[in-house]
Amino acid sequence: MAAIEILGLEKTYMVGFWRKQPKRALHPLHLSVQEGEIFGFLGPNGAGKTTTLKMLMGLVFPTGGTARILGKDWTDPEVKAQIGFLPEQPYFYDYLTAHELLDYYGQLSGIPGKDRKSKVDAMLHRVGLHDIKGMQLRKFSKGMLQRVGIAQAILHDPKIVFFDEPMSGLDPLGRREVRDLMEQLKQEGKTVFFSTHILSDAEALCDRVAIIHKGELRGEGAVEELTSAVQGKVEMVWNGTQVPASMKALGAECHATGETVRAILPESQQDAAIDALRRERLRLIAIVPLRTSLETYFVEKLQHSQTTAGTSK
Amino acid sequence: MSSRIAYIASNTFREAVRDRVLYNLIAFALLLSGAAILVGQISIDIEKLVVVNLGLTAVSLFGVVIAIFIGIGLVSKEIERRTLYTVLSRPVRRWEFIVGKFFGLAGTLVVNTFFMAIGVFGALLYVAHKFTSGDALILVALYFIVLEFLIICSVALLFSSFSSPLLSAILAFSLFVIGSFADDLRGFAGITHGLTRWVATGTAYLVPNFSALNIISAVAHQQSIPAQLIVQNTLYALFYSAMALSGAVLIFERRNLK
Amino acid sequence: MTSRQRTTICATGILLFSMLSSMLLLHHVDEIRPRDIVDDTLYIASPKLVKHASLGFNGLMACIYWTRAVQYFGHRHLLRQKSYNELGPLLEITSTLDPQLLAPYQFGSTFLAPAPPNGAGQPERAIRLMQYGIQNNPQNWRLYYDLGFIYYTELKDFKKASEAFQKGSQISDAHPFLKVLAANTAEHAEDFGTARLLWSAAYQNSNEANIRQNALEHLRAIQVDEDVTNLQNAVTRFVDKNGRIPTSLWEIASAEHLPGVPVDPDGVPYELSLDGQVLVANPDEFAFIKKGTPPGYTPGPPKFHKQQ
Repeated sequence: MAAIEILGLEKTYMVGFWRKQPKRALHPLHLSVQEGEIFGFLGPNGAGKTTTLKMLMGLVFPTGGTARILGKDWTDPEVKAQIGFLPEQPYFYDYLTAHELLDYYGQLSGIPGKDRKSKVDAMLHRVGLHDIKGMQLRKFSKGMLQRVGIAQAILHDPKIVFFDEPMSGLDPLGRREVRDLMEQLKQEGKTVFFSTHILSDAEALCDRVAIIHKGELRGEGAVEELTSAVQGKVEMVWNGTQVPASMKALGAECHATGETVRAILPESQQDAAIDALRRERLRLIAIVPLRTSLETYFVEKLQHSQTTAGTSK
Repeated sequence: MSSRIAYIASNTFREAVRDRVLYNLIAFALLLSGAAILVGQISIDIEKLVVVNLGLTAVSLFGVVIAIFIGIGLVSKEIERRTLYTVLSRPVRRWEFIVGKFFGLAGTLVVNTFFMAIGVFGALLYVAHKFTSGDALILVALYFIVLEFLIICSVALLFSSFSSPLLSAILAFSLFVIGSFADDLRGFAGITHGLTRWVATGTAYLVPNFSALNIISAVAHQQSIPAQLIVQNTLYALFYSAMALSGAVLIFERRNLK
Repeated sequence: MTSRQRTTICATGILLFSMLSSMLLLHHVDEIRPRDIVDDTLYIASPKLVKHASLGFNGLMACIYWTRAVQYFGHRHLLRQKSYNELGPLLEITSTLDPQLLAPYQFGSTFLAPAPPNGAGQPERAIRLMQYGIQNNPQNWRLYYDLGFIYYTELKDFKKASEAFQKGSQISDAHPFLKVLAANTAEHAEDFGTARLLWSAAYQNSNEANIRQNALEHLRAIQVDEDVTNLQNAVTRFVDKNGRIPTSLWEIASAEHLPGVPVDPDGVPYELSLDGQVLVANPDEFAFIKKGTPPGYTPGPPKFHKQQ
């Protein structure tokens, strides 16, 4: 069963003061996320990522389309017990302490009394806030607040966790911690759906991604596949400045820098190239298969959308 | 369901307390004791009258101010500060949120009134040196004041669900003033004709009727209060609050949270 | 049905039900406590206290109390009540709150002074109210008129009435009739002409419905009194001339060369009793008549007619 099925959700705002013009924040979106996977929802700022998340959370009402979460209608309140949400730059009641906040949220999530106490304690330990559990949230730094946010999102052991830009504003250590956490969540069998505009994180973490731009879905697929849309090329590096004549015949592009030469050539010609180098007694330093990075895929999709947007108008 | 409402209510109470609302009791205590001492010294034969009138009026006014100032922010503040995002992503229904907030604020006011009541009776004891049976009527007046608070809380919450704190404050306060003159408004409406009469009468019946709930003078003169009035006022306060709250729920159910 | 739809329906239902219930309750409460509006004033007998309690919004409070006074009187008048105890305090509070509000003084002079059921029966109190008004509005001629009015109608102190009218006439923009009233009251106070002048002035001088109606009824009564007096004199002349009581007013009409039997302001002919008294056909239609009623007649509650 798909954990999340987005069936044509769309959002159009009416903007303007007198004569309201419709502004499409999200075109009808179709997407599905499988259980147990980490799904990255990518796009530049203002693409519609947060709008989508808010609609799934029931904070904003779509102007069209529906969604299903864990097989149920997304507006079903029972569904909320199974999901957790960490909004971008979260705000919490600053007059509460971390402990009180988690306890309150635990109450609202329906965790019974005794259970709650131990779960809250465990969670505080897990995110490293146990020592300051008695401090009022108004004194927390951004990184600490983010940890509180994560804690409240997974406190009630939800099946799916939604993160909106979880790494934003964090230092490298914080980001590492969040990445590790998301891996842990996957290990625990949870589904993670997160939005971000930082592609290296997505590339490292996600099983599948979707790319959204100006409210429209531009691309979707498994990270493996997207980045192994390799150019079918390899990069070879050898000592010296000599380029064997046969290299060009093999279709290599060569580039001499300092003491080494880098050549990019089709994978099929790999063996022939190795032979050519050995004949010339050139010392091979490295052979690396070239992969498309997610970034390339991303930029390509966006540029494509620019042009199609230009022509479709 | 009901436990979620209770949790939200108790958190709202906690917020009010941490907002140092209960410190108003200090101001109240100072006011009342100052008046009691002053009046006790001058001894002009209406000491009890002054203490009861002043005390109950202060309870009412302090409470109304608190109800309005906290009430108007109950929803709008949460939307503005985005603290609602993580609350509503939990199995909390939007209407539970509204009802919980209402009970939280009402509870705060009841607790506040309780302490103030002690103050009033204390001051009364000081100037009169003993209680009479007629003083029990003060409890009725306090009960009516609490009913007044219920109505104001529900109205403030209604405004908070769709407008900014400043506008809500103005509207709520205006409604309080108009409601205090509701009797006169109905009288005015009775004299007019035609379309004006319909509009005026409609308005007169829709504004909260605080004049019926204000029995401070009567109680100060130890006039007995008919049981029928108590029942009627209770029902009225319940119905009116229900009306305002359901309005708030309808509005809040539809709000897109930016 | 989604939970959201359910909530919407429930909430709308509760909203409508509670709105109706609260309005019905209020209506019910109205039925049983109209007097409560006024009982307030029993506890605020001191106008000064009211003034302080108004927190400086005297003008507004004055308006409110003025409205309450009019409602109070109108309500009781309609029910033909015998006492108007709160009228005095209400008017006094209104004037204390806003001494420059003129309407209460006029109302007081018309309705505070006369005896029940036409008024509160407190002419001395009314006089004090007028004097308070004059003190605070020395350049207002109408208040002198109101003062003289009380002396004339209720206290029958024509000297004081004339003095008041005279003082009033000396104010720069005073209406000329004040001088006329002053003179008439001094010389022939009880003449119909003077009375008519006074009540016409009262009628023209006010925009308040109750006062105008009251003046109108008095004017009708004056007309009747005058007609009856004249007819009675004609009967006396007839008796003197012919040595017998006329059989009907027709005889009088032809004797005096009148076009027909004189009619009262409602167009109903006057009647003649067997012992030669001129009578009004329907005395109940004329609230304030002093003549033309059969012996042993007790006036019923005053009726008020629309102006012609």
